[in-house]
Amino acid sequence: MFKRGVSLYSFQEELFLRQMTVEDCIAFAASIGANGIELLPEQNLPGFPNITDRQIGEWKDLLAKYGAVGTCYDMFLDTKRRKDRLMTDDEQVESIIRDLKLASQLGFKNMRVLIFVRPDILERCIPFAEQYDVHMGVEVHAPWYLDHPWILRTVDVADRTGTQHLGLLPDMGIFMKHYPPEFRDRFMRQGARQEIVDFIIDQHEQKVMAEYTIYEVAVKMQGNKAEISMAETLRHAPYANPKRLKDFLPYFKHIQAKFYGMTPDSRDPSIAYDDVIPELIACGFDGYLSSEYEGNRWIQDVEDVDSREQVRRQHVMFRRLAGETVEA
Amino acid sequence: MFDKYLIVEGSLRNTGPADAPEGFAFDARLGYYRGLGLSMIENLAVAVDGEAVDSQAIRFDEGSGALSLSAMETAFDRRWEFGAVATISVARPGGLPVGPHAVTLNERLRISYLPFPLMAKDDKTLTVA
Repeated sequence: MFKRGVSLYSFQEELFLRQMTVEDCIAFAASIGANGIELLPEQNLPGFPNITDRQIGEWKDLLAKYGAVGTCYDMFLDTKRRKDRLMTDDEQVESIIRDLKLASQLGFKNMRVLIFVRPDILERCIPFAEQYDVHMGVEVHAPWYLDHPWILRTVDVADRTGTQHLGLLPDMGIFMKHYPPEFRDRFMRQGARQEIVDFIIDQHEQKVMAEYTIYEVAVKMQGNKAEISMAETLRHAPYANPKRLKDFLPYFKHIQAKFYGMTPDSRDPSIAYDDVIPELIACGFDGYLSSEYEGNRWIQDVEDVDSREQVRRQHVMFRRLAGETVEA
Repeated sequence: MFDKYLIVEGSLRNTGPADAPEGFAFDARLGYYRGLGLSMIENLAVAVDGEAVDSQAIRFDEGSGALSLSAMETAFDRRWEFGAVATISVARPGGLPVGPHAVTLNERLRISYLPFPLMAKDDKTLTVA
């Protein structure tokens, strides 16, 4: 059975506004039985990359205080750090090794690798991932999907080398079955008209190729800026096949449970967890489902964000889908 | 993202001697979900009362000393932390007249994993007391 966790990404609104501390986030996660904590060092550890022993000690103490464990370290790679040129391959490898080492020092066994990192760069990092015993999971983020040729290149490297320290890290945003109400409402506030909004949502519901819908809205319907922007979100909102998860199970150890908003009765109107979680249970996934709430940026212009309540509802859903008897 | 939080409410003030201001300043946050090295802050565009400020008059200080926008390009060891308040100042003899002013801030960020620059924008009316 999968385990339940939370990425600190979920509380970015309150962390940004200094309404919550990292300790508040961990305490809250533990209070809802989500004891696995995913960290974004560049968000949550001031002074990065110069992390002190004291910071490392504080992180471990915080986890211990609430009976929590660190699940995944989210790395970044600033290939465009310099204006005049891209990072060289050696510099990229060096940056990733730095993160593998930090991840290990902080006690992590998994590292989320940004999807744009080249498979040949990651291949050069394998000996270091093995040395530090940290699994490099390339984030499978929409609009990519598990079978996407770019993703298969990483799978090929993992197969060819036989390493247990390079693979994937699926983001459940790839399973967007229905268009998120939070997206719809934001575009309507920006001036999208009802009939065009309805058209775009219907096209998404029917799984029509995004480019077709964008052309219809932009050219044939002469859509306004908000309507064209809404149609363009379809490029990033495909629905991948949950039945493929089992075929890729050997390659992933951790999952980012992306969501944009839960209904008051603890259902996700957009991401197909009703289809995904039975698949994960059936194939025996025993890693963490790590909440990644990303609804704040869609609603913060008109309402106060309550990330805790959103995460709480998602975990009620996880428990329900795992067969527990729960109240919404 | 975080657009409406970029400009800190109530932070607009004149700088320098009270009887002979040398410019004005306000506080701001980075419109991104993590901290970012200053070399990747591609531009900070400021407008006041509808008029764009000359970029050469702008200085940025996250707490380690004021830098021009061009000096930020090579400030590889400095970082604008997530949610942290920094000061954006503008050299303008006389400062701004007391009263309300429409302040606009556009942040253009060079994010390595995105093919396009990330833009964040805020407009607020702030008052010089």
